[in-house]
Amino acid sequence: MASQIVNELKYLEGATLPILHALQENFGYVDRRAVPMIADALNMSKAEIYGAITFYHDFREAPAGKRVVKLCRAEACQSMGCEDLVHYLETKQGIKIDSTSPSGHLTVETVYCLGNCALGPAALIDGALVGRVDKELLDAVCAERPHERMEG
Amino acid sequence: MSGWKGDKMTTSPITIYIPRDAAALSVGAERVVKAMQDEAKKRGVDLKIIRNGSRGMLWLEPLVEVVTAKGRVAYGPVTQKDVVSLFDEKFFNGGAHALGHGLTEEIPFFKNQERLTFQRVGMIDPLSLDDYIAHGGFVGLKKALAMTGADIVQTVTDSGLRGRGGAGFPTGIKWKTVLNTHDEQKYIVCNADEGDSGTFADRMLMEGDPFTLIEGMIIAGVAVGATKGYVYLRSEYPNAHKIFGEAIQIAKKAGWLGKSVNGSGKAFDLEVRLGAGAYICGEETSLLESLEGKRAIVRAKPPLPAIKGLFGKPTIINNVMSLATVPWIMANGAKAYADYGMGRSRGTLPIQLAGNIKRGGLIEKAFGVTLKDVIETYGGGTASGRPFRAVQVGGPLGAYFPASLLDTPLDYEAFAAKKGMLGHGGIVVFDDRIDLARQARFAFEFCAKESCGKCTPCRIGAVRGQETMDQVIAGETAKLGLVKELCTLMTDASLCAMGGLTPIPVISALEHFPEDFKPAHKLAAE
Repeated sequence: MASQIVNELKYLEGATLPILHALQENFGYVDRRAVPMIADALNMSKAEIYGAITFYHDFREAPAGKRVVKLCRAEACQSMGCEDLVHYLETKQGIKIDSTSPSGHLTVETVYCLGNCALGPAALIDGALVGRVDKELLDAVCAERPHERMEG
Repeated sequence: MSGWKGDKMTTSPITIYIPRDAAALSVGAERVVKAMQDEAKKRGVDLKIIRNGSRGMLWLEPLVEVVTAKGRVAYGPVTQKDVVSLFDEKFFNGGAHALGHGLTEEIPFFKNQERLTFQRVGMIDPLSLDDYIAHGGFVGLKKALAMTGADIVQTVTDSGLRGRGGAGFPTGIKWKTVLNTHDEQKYIVCNADEGDSGTFADRMLMEGDPFTLIEGMIIAGVAVGATKGYVYLRSEYPNAHKIFGEAIQIAKKAGWLGKSVNGSGKAFDLEVRLGAGAYICGEETSLLESLEGKRAIVRAKPPLPAIKGLFGKPTIINNVMSLATVPWIMANGAKAYADYGMGRSRGTLPIQLAGNIKRGGLIEKAFGVTLKDVIETYGGGTASGRPFRAVQVGGPLGAYFPASLLDTPLDYEAFAAKKGMLGHGGIVVFDDRIDLARQARFAFEFCAKESCGKCTPCRIGAVRGQETMDQVIAGETAKLGLVKELCTLMTDASLCAMGGLTPIPVISALEHFPEDFKPAHKLAAE
């Protein structure tokens, strides 16, 4: 499967990022074992490929939680209280930002800007953009409860 | 414009518009679509829903517009709970409702704009080529195809268009360099790595009128003899990626992209590449490294990308806004564009009003409007209702301005004169709860996280700055001297704008809000 992805994309100009994105999309992370495979296909060194994986914030080297919340912590969302949400998650839900909950249910990550700066605080919840994020919404995510603002 | 739709719609079905823009989706547009469909079915109303881009009045999203004989009538912000009452009041005939705002184009926020780059955004179905062409699409390209490359470049130069990404470099000069550099392969690269907090114009355009960007890139290719274009789009914009990707496929099928653009015999092809969450990729040379598949380490200039750019080939690299403005300039002429604006800032600026603001959104205005006008007249003050205290213009590397500087006009030189910068046109408003010492610390923290690591002033300076600001916040205010020294060093010795401009928010915070850096303030705050 991984080698199939690599072989399909290796002919692109500058194929490294497309390959890494495709691997992560399929497997949820970029496994170390893919590094020599990509290096070989692109005629680059393993160091160059590993260097690319570690340079970009997007690529993970281990699977994330079942649900992934990318919470924006840039200035526009700061002005609408995103740091209160970070604090709330940590103190009330026991979920530290930029880590995965011990149960493996939830990963919460910092991002800087989702382009929803007039409707902050913003977050990408399992890939879907949500505006005006509040504690109640985060409670629902943490409790694995459905919430009307995350449907559709 | 709305009359065009109106004429078409004299018989049923009833046509309504609900945006597919990411901001609208983030507050429930998809749920409103579903509720509308269900309710229409229940009542036997023949309803046609077009998914447009956003009109840019983001506090009204999801904004539902109904086509009437008088024009498009707006309702917003609509939630799924409002749908039944909207039908009860016959909104589909333009009926009165508590969420009604009358004609969309008469809403003051929208009416008092000069929409050139955004002329079609929110107006049309973004993925309908017919709609695009009916609203003036490809007029600029058709003109360009009949011109020499040198004449196209001259037109762009004469328009006075400057890079909308932040640096404000004249677009025509870049193009001219690429035109005059001979090579078998040249590239057009679009910088869609819109990473500045408070900005979303690129996203809105790519979601709301993607063919405009495609057209602008084709014109650039035709002008300088480049046959391949790349759009480097940030991965934080999955919705834009989806819509823009669909638009490219549609344009290819219709022959606007490919071996012979609209039968002209000139080739131009286009591909989107996703970034991977690195702010530094907004810097052009770092973006090129990333496109080549490497760590996005900033390159030293010279050589300029115009001479040795992507894969060492001559490359035009422009922001989305710059490229998307070119079709208007080609269609309407350089002078028509240059007639807008002030001083050396010609044309219009897509302003993005964000943060703690009552009415946030996209405002395209001729250069010269004041910050005060934008924040108060358009924005209506803070969202929280608390007093305004500071505004950051130009993203994370832009200055914090206090109320006393709100008379500054939006103009590259006027901002430079006040030790700020316009950047990509993002305006982030803060109320009186902002702590500028913490914002100064954040500027260093952000730089430390996002620095590419190539040059020492940025890589080490940012970390030292963050540590020193921690000491200042803890009460060691004598350390401020060190912070200032560090700022001077980073400004003078960093390789690119990341390290070079990080001192701007820090110094502006210190200069305009010194009270936030005093120990008494800290004690009171904690």
